[in-house]
Amino acid sequence: MTGKAQTANGADPMIEVVGLKKSFGALHVLKDINLSVPRGHVVAMIGPSGSGKSTLLRSLNLLSLPDAGCITIGGHRMDFSMGRVSMRDRDLAAFRAGTGMVFQNFNLFPHMSVIDNVMIGPVSVLKQDKATARAQATELLAKVGLAARADARPEQLSGGQKQRVAIARALAMKPEVMLFDEATSALDPALVGEVLAVIRQLAEQGMTMILVTHEMAFARDVADTVIFMQDGFVVETGDARQVINEPREAATRDFLSHFHGGLS
Amino acid sequence: MDYQWDFSGLWQYRGLFLQGLAYTIGFTILTIVSGIVVGTVFALARLSGWKIVTIPIMVVVELFRCTPVLVQLVWCYYALPMLIGIEIAPATAAFITLTMYGAAFYAEIVRGGIVSIDAGQWDAGRAIGMRRGQLMAKIILPQALRRMVPPLVNQSVLQLKNTSLLSVLAVPDLLYQGQLVTSAIYRPLETYTLIAFIYLAVLFPTTRLAHWLEGRRT
Ligand SMILES: Nc1ncnc2c1ncn2[C@@H]1O[C@H](COP(=O)(O)OP(=O)(O)OP(=O)(O)O)[C@@H](O)[C@H]1O
Ligand SMILES: [Mg+2]
Repeated sequence: MTGKAQTANGADPMIEVVGLKKSFGALHVLKDINLSVPRGHVVAMIGPSGSGKSTLLRSLNLLSLPDAGCITIGGHRMDFSMGRVSMRDRDLAAFRAGTGMVFQNFNLFPHMSVIDNVMIGPVSVLKQDKATARAQATELLAKVGLAARADARPEQLSGGQKQRVAIARALAMKPEVMLFDEATSALDPALVGEVLAVIRQLAEQGMTMILVTHEMAFARDVADTVIFMQDGFVVETGDARQVINEPREAATRDFLSHFHGGLS
Repeated sequence: MDYQWDFSGLWQYRGLFLQGLAYTIGFTILTIVSGIVVGTVFALARLSGWKIVTIPIMVVVELFRCTPVLVQLVWCYYALPMLIGIEIAPATAAFITLTMYGAAFYAEIVRGGIVSIDAGQWDAGRAIGMRRGQLMAKIILPQALRRMVPPLVNQSVLQLKNTSLLSVLAVPDLLYQGQLVTSAIYRPLETYTLIAFIYLAVLFPTTRLAHWLEGRRT
């Protein structure tokens, strides 16, 4: 089963985005994004290339600083309505620490072993002692099926293994929210399944997640909600099955028509 | 050419040559360290993006990169004291000049090494909540350093060669001692040949090391 069980309790949303805007120079990439994700919900974000999916995800984790709007995650609020002049590195870092992020290109630290990649967050950010961090990292590596590769170097791993290490590294910070930006797009088709299985497991355990994905069947089966983005706007939001199987908007229908191969 | 080579007269001055070599190597090591430290500060300051620091640093870097070291040395020893009204000892002038000259080049090497690291590494570090300084120290610099080693060694070889210019300020480096010996025994051919060989003996292994490090990188 999926993460759909624990959801829809009507409590405070885990993620709340109000009036989010972001431009790169003259290019308006995000135009007034509003979003609310209940605790334990899984949201799949779909949309054409350049529609702003990555930028939205990066804004949620403050890797891109919004120009306007307000983001609340797990009760922590970042208000950009006065611009971003007063944002201090310390506050940004503290906010980011509560949200895990997984990238298309893994971005493992190549000069460290697998287990050090997983330990560095807890040790250097949470100031955990090394023994505790190591025990926790070992557990997380076992959870993603890589207990045996703890001492390997990232370069010795397959793409799917690298991505699972990246997931373990993010989980080591005990985040309340996980963001995945096309976590399987750089993988050999044969390796996609092992990463999706880990994500599915997280969904079942009630992790609040936003996934940018092109795996429509996965989005339909694992996500509670699907968001369709285009040109910096959320065009359609709704129940995952409804949006993917019977989209209301013509733009969504048009976009999905390119994916019928992936919808078994 | 039927010149009669005779190196025998040089042996009695071995102490002087050794002392000169010690000065040369000492100055080299000192100014490599100080040059890398100042250069790294320049590089980090430039990367901060604050115009108030980046512009003056760029001016200093270009000044030292685009004038000959000999001119810098002479300027620092003869002209600078007139500006600031304080006498500067030759060794001090030499140290300041070689440090700044080295720093100008080291700064570009360090900056280049840092910006060559994939932006994804910054993203990944930030995403787990690392602060800027932590990220630089634990993620970016360790990776950048590996890429910087070959150019740093090359620049340091030049740094050693440049110490030969100290002799114009009467700092008793290897070349200066050679000049002393020459004026004592009137054997410039032998003396300067020996001096050249001593430089070669120190630098050849160093450049080999640099090549080896460069080859190992890929
Ligand atoms: N750092 C940046 N500087 C300038 N423009 C950027 C930057 N990042 C993204 N953009 C632009 O913003 C727009 C949206 O990009 P974004 O990466 O968010 O799209 P996306 O929906 O994730 O697309 P894809 O499916 O190709 O990943 C694009 O036109 C892109 O070129
Ligand atoms: Mg993207």
